[in-house]
Amino acid sequence: MVSKEQILTWLEEVKDPEIPVLSLVDLGVITDVIINPDHVLVEMTPTFVGCPALDYMKLEVETLLKTKGIIPHVHVSFKKPWSSDLISEKGKAALKKYGLAPPPSNKVFTDLEILETAICPRCDGDNTEMKSPFGPTLCRALFYCHDCKEAFEQFKPL
Amino acid sequence: MNNQALKELLYKMADDQLILGHRNSEWTGMGPLLEEDIAFSSMAQDKIGQSLALYTLLQELGERDPDTVAFTRSANQFHNCQLVELPNQEYDFSLIRHFLFDTAEALRFEMLSESSYEPLAQLARKIRGELRYHTLHANTWIKQLGTATPESIERLQKSLEYAMPFALGIFEPSPYENELISSNIFLGEENLKKRWMEKVESVISQTNLNLPDWNLVKPELGGRLGTHTAHLQPLLDEMSEVFKIDPTAEW
Repeated sequence: MVSKEQILTWLEEVKDPEIPVLSLVDLGVITDVIINPDHVLVEMTPTFVGCPALDYMKLEVETLLKTKGIIPHVHVSFKKPWSSDLISEKGKAALKKYGLAPPPSNKVFTDLEILETAICPRCDGDNTEMKSPFGPTLCRALFYCHDCKEAFEQFKPL
Repeated sequence: MNNQALKELLYKMADDQLILGHRNSEWTGMGPLLEEDIAFSSMAQDKIGQSLALYTLLQELGERDPDTVAFTRSANQFHNCQLVELPNQEYDFSLIRHFLFDTAEALRFEMLSESSYEPLAQLARKIRGELRYHTLHANTWIKQLGTATPESIERLQKSLEYAMPFALGIFEPSPYENELISSNIFLGEENLKKRWMEKVESVISQTNLNLPDWNLVKPELGGRLGTHTAHLQPLLDEMSEVFKIDPTAEW
């Protein structure tokens, strides 16, 4: 019988559709894998409740596991709600390499002024300014680096 | 557990979010600044997504599927408060409505995080985190514009006075208040309203705006019972236009 570890290793092939360097496992949206005699249950949770990519990610998980000869049951749950702290270190490094500033710890989420600092993913500098806590997707905020003279996005702490 | 009481609570919450989400989306392409356009578009997506999650809870309790519920009911079958169906008008009204409504919504989900109905408590724990971005946005703008220029202060003041009676309609008591409270599903509208008033006062006190006297404002009620303004049906007609071209289509 297949193991939970094997399932998770396979699931590293499924990437966030908007951020192709980031696997769903590193994103922290795969919350449980339960091996049953006749099927494997995968529990997922959305980053943001309104995230439109969730259905697509669910389908990708089902498709991938079927190619490995597994019968998947994929279930969306809020039992273990997603927070940005669930992104793995590997995931944060992948985000930065891709040009997206990884989220700071979500413990600092009390004041807009504190939210306004981000390290530029290109030059690692802190001469940056938040342009908006809202961005092109629910999970991203807009920043500008005064040293690079370029905009960048940050994965929002949640 | 009284399913009727729970369903009525879920319907009014989901309807509030769907309708306000739609109003928020009407700022897309029309915002006064690019960042504000994006802010309301993002908050619209959040609200509509959250309404879908609530309609899904209702479906698990035996109600019809979310698309049918969202796109085929007529105005008198909706349980949103009248505040959220009012047109966006100018930015001052939209910001005031955003501030008054989202402050209440954030508190409501905070309270529901302790609900005895576990699926709702789980969803509430998730949503309350997301709503912090909404209340931060509203508070920032109310404080900025509420202390900026005579024009900004006058505009916000007028909108505050116009919106307040409708805002009190958020807390229109449900026929099932006692069941909800005694079964620990929800601590009730009166409790929520008290916490909301404190929060609103604390933000407004940091501006040059004046809160109307709570005792003198006459609440605009009826939304929770299906009595709406003339604005809701045109909103629903527009929102459901594409769906109704072919209600059985696979999307």
